Amino acid sequence: MRADPAEYRLVSPGSLYAVLSLMAGEPAQWLPIAGGTDVMVLYSAGKLPNRKLVNIWNIPELRQIQVFPDSIRIGAACTYTALRSHEIISREFPLLATVASWTGGIANQNRGTLGGNIANASPAADSLPSLLVYDAELTLISVRGERRVDYRNFHTGYKQTVLAADELIRDISLPRRFSGYLSHARKAGARNAQAISKVCLAALGQLANGAIREVRLALGSVAPVPLRLAKTERLLAGKHIEPSLVETVKKSVPQEISPIDDIRSTARYRAAVAGNLVAEFLEMLASERTNA
Amino acid sequence: MNPSPPAMAKSEILFTVNGDEKTVLAHPMERLLDVLRNGLKLTGTKEGCGEGECGSCSVLLDGMLVNSCLVPVAQASGANIVTIEGMSAHALMAPLQEAFLECGGAQCGICTPGMILAAVHLLDKNPQPAIADIREGLAGNLCRCTGYMQIFEAVAKAARRRVAA
Repeated sequence: MRADPAEYRLVSPGSLYAVLSLMAGEPAQWLPIAGGTDVMVLYSAGKLPNRKLVNIWNIPELRQIQVFPDSIRIGAACTYTALRSHEIISREFPLLATVASWTGGIANQNRGTLGGNIANASPAADSLPSLLVYDAELTLISVRGERRVDYRNFHTGYKQTVLAADELIRDISLPRRFSGYLSHARKAGARNAQAISKVCLAALGQLANGAIREVRLALGSVAPVPLRLAKTERLLAGKHIEPSLVETVKKSVPQEISPIDDIRSTARYRAAVAGNLVAEFLEMLASERTNA
Repeated sequence: MNPSPPAMAKSEILFTVNGDEKTVLAHPMERLLDVLRNGLKLTGTKEGCGEGECGSCSVLLDGMLVNSCLVPVAQASGANIVTIEGMSAHALMAPLQEAFLECGGAQCGICTPGMILAAVHLLDKNPQPAIADIREGLAGNLCRCTGYMQIFEAVAKAARRRVAA
């Protein structure tokens, strides 16, 4: 049943501190809303448990992208449109620019935010595997102060995170040291844009003397949380990419993930495709060697 | 079951719609879509899915294409909103209308206002889009009548005409 707007409050304190004070005063009562692309869908369906919402769309600190010599800091309420049109992000973090271009149509990219995608914590979110391979660090802020959390430790279970009831994600910081890597983002879905992934991969890789110096692999929609493939990465380090290695990886990837059957796909399909996507990336990395 | 929470008061919200300043009395969580259609009688903006998937409710909010079903009206406070009704003066309107007619890009008409606004949003930024750009620019707008090829063709034709003009 459709929600009755008369039963909901939405306040716009206008400053970050005022938002945090409100959240601290009544922890877990105030739901932050930025572009509304998740919150409004639940609200309209009458499925939003919160009755009190606080507007964070108009907080300037959350909309900045700051470039430092060693890192780039992305305000949590930066939209997909802002990400994909940012010069440094497009050049040095192409996985993030690519997945931003996959997320919804243009209208939702104009409203949907990276911080919202992180806080919503869907294991199927396309932008999240790229943050894992880029070693993202989050700054969480409350009236108690701020703390930094490695993004890989942020999700603790299905839709569970370390974010406290009075905290906001302020920004997402990415170290600027991945521009020399081959990057590859690939999604298997009913269609490329606007379909929730059956499996999606974000991968970075670099060769040295013909062997793998480092690969970084993360998958979405294959576990309760966006997943970095640490075992497969270790297995690959230092190896030459040969057909036997690719076959080994196709077996190792499914062992590292825990996909489920749902309306979009099956566990069996996801396991097979996850292995194939990583194999495809290795073949691309190998052809870099021959091209170089 | 808990009794319903008390109804919250409406508040005055000011914004500009199609060049005119408006003050509406609304609950802050009312959808911009409903305020435009029911409050301001701007019924050119359509409701399709009501969950941000179909683009029928597209409007321009401070120059950005948005789904008005996903915008709480309080977030439109102070904004400059353009709906399909406000497009009549836009230089792209005549070429787009002609091209949609010629190419068979409109049938039942529910998606058409959103298609036109998405096309304008695209062509304002990219006057000579490739077909891939048009497909991407309109990917958030669903049509269940004509199929998409006629619509893509109409947008391409309007772009060519404007560049030639």
